[in-house]
Amino acid sequence: MKWSVLTLVAADEQGIVAAVSQKLYENNCQLAEASMMRLGANFAIMLRVSHPDDCNLKEILAPLTEKMHLHIHIDNDVAEKSSAPEPDVNITVYGADRAGIVAKTTGALAEAGLNIIDLETAVAGSDAEPIYIMSLEGNATQGIEKLQKAVDELAADFDIRLSEIETLRA
Amino acid sequence: MSIKEILTYPNEALKNISTEVEAVDDEILQFIRDLEETRQSGPGAVGIAAPQVDVHKRIVIVDVSNMRKPVDNHGHMIMINPEIIHWEGMAKGREGCLSVPDFTGNVIRAEKIKLRYMDEHSQQHEIESTGFEARAIQHELDHLDGLLFLDRLVSRRTDLFERKVYKK
Ligand SMILES: [Zn+2]
Repeated sequence: MKWSVLTLVAADEQGIVAAVSQKLYENNCQLAEASMMRLGANFAIMLRVSHPDDCNLKEILAPLTEKMHLHIHIDNDVAEKSSAPEPDVNITVYGADRAGIVAKTTGALAEAGLNIIDLETAVAGSDAEPIYIMSLEGNATQGIEKLQKAVDELAADFDIRLSEIETLRA
Repeated sequence: MSIKEILTYPNEALKNISTEVEAVDDEILQFIRDLEETRQSGPGAVGIAAPQVDVHKRIVIVDVSNMRKPVDNHGHMIMINPEIIHWEGMAKGREGCLSVPDFTGNVIRAEKIKLRYMDEHSQQHEIESTGFEARAIQHELDHLDGLLFLDRLVSRRTDLFERKVYKK
C-alpha cells in the first residue's frame, strides 16, 4: 500500500468529485482526506489516497483528465499518516489595503511564531471600494502572548482580531 | 472503583437513547464513581456521559473548572436526568470526543442555556450556564440522545450569520 496526494484543477466542478472518486474506488484506492474549493472561475481539489503499490494514478485518471479538461499533479509516496495539527488560535483580518494585507500580516505573524494550518482570503465590498478579508487558523508556536503583541501592532494598520481556540474534549 | 472501557464510533450502542434514572441507589452511586474515574483517565476530558461506557442511563459529568485559561463554571457537576429548558445565542467552537478518537471539528452550540438536573444526593438544581461550560453540557446531553458531535459538524466556512435558529 502506498500513499499519494492528487491535486486537480478544473474550469468547473461539473461532476468531477463524483467521477474521480468513482474511478479511485474502482481501482481499490482509498480516499483519506480531501479538500475542495472554488477559486475564482476554477475548482481545485486535493486528495490524499492510499492505493496498491502497482497502481498508476495517472493512468487510471487519464480518461477523465482528457474528457473533463483537468490539470492533474501527483505527489507519490507521501507520509502515511498526516499528523493533523490542531489549531490553537484563530485570526481574522480585514481592510482596504488589498496589496499589502496578506504579505504584511502573515509576515509579522510568522515572525511572532504563527504556524498557519488553514488560510482563506476573499474580496468583498463594491468594485470601487473592495474589502480584503482573511481568516486563518494556526498554532502559536512561541506562545499566545507574543502573537497577541504582533496582532496589537498590526492593529494600527488593519482591522485584526485574535481569538484563542479552546478545543472541547468530552 | 474501576475504569470502564469507552465505546468508540462506529459502535451502534452510542446511538441508543438513554433512559431516565428513577432513584439514586448504591448501584448508581458506584457507577458514578466509576464514570468519574474513567473521565479522569482520559486525556483532559471535561465531560463524560454514561452511554460512552455502555450504560444507557441519563447521567453525565461535566467539570470545566480546571482549564488552562479559566472560564465561567459551576465546578464539578454530576447531572442526573438533565434537561435543557432554554437556549440562547449561538457560538461556533471546536470539539473532540472520547468516542471519536483523532478528530476534532467545528460545531455550533447555544451560547447560553438554562437547565434542570438532579445531583447524586437527589437534590434538584436549576442553573444558567454560558460559553465553554454550556458547550460541554450540550455535547454531553447529546450523548444521552444518541447524538455525536459528528452529527452537528459545520464547515470551516460556515459563519454564524447563516444560521438564525439553533436546531435541537
Ligand atoms: Zn463526547
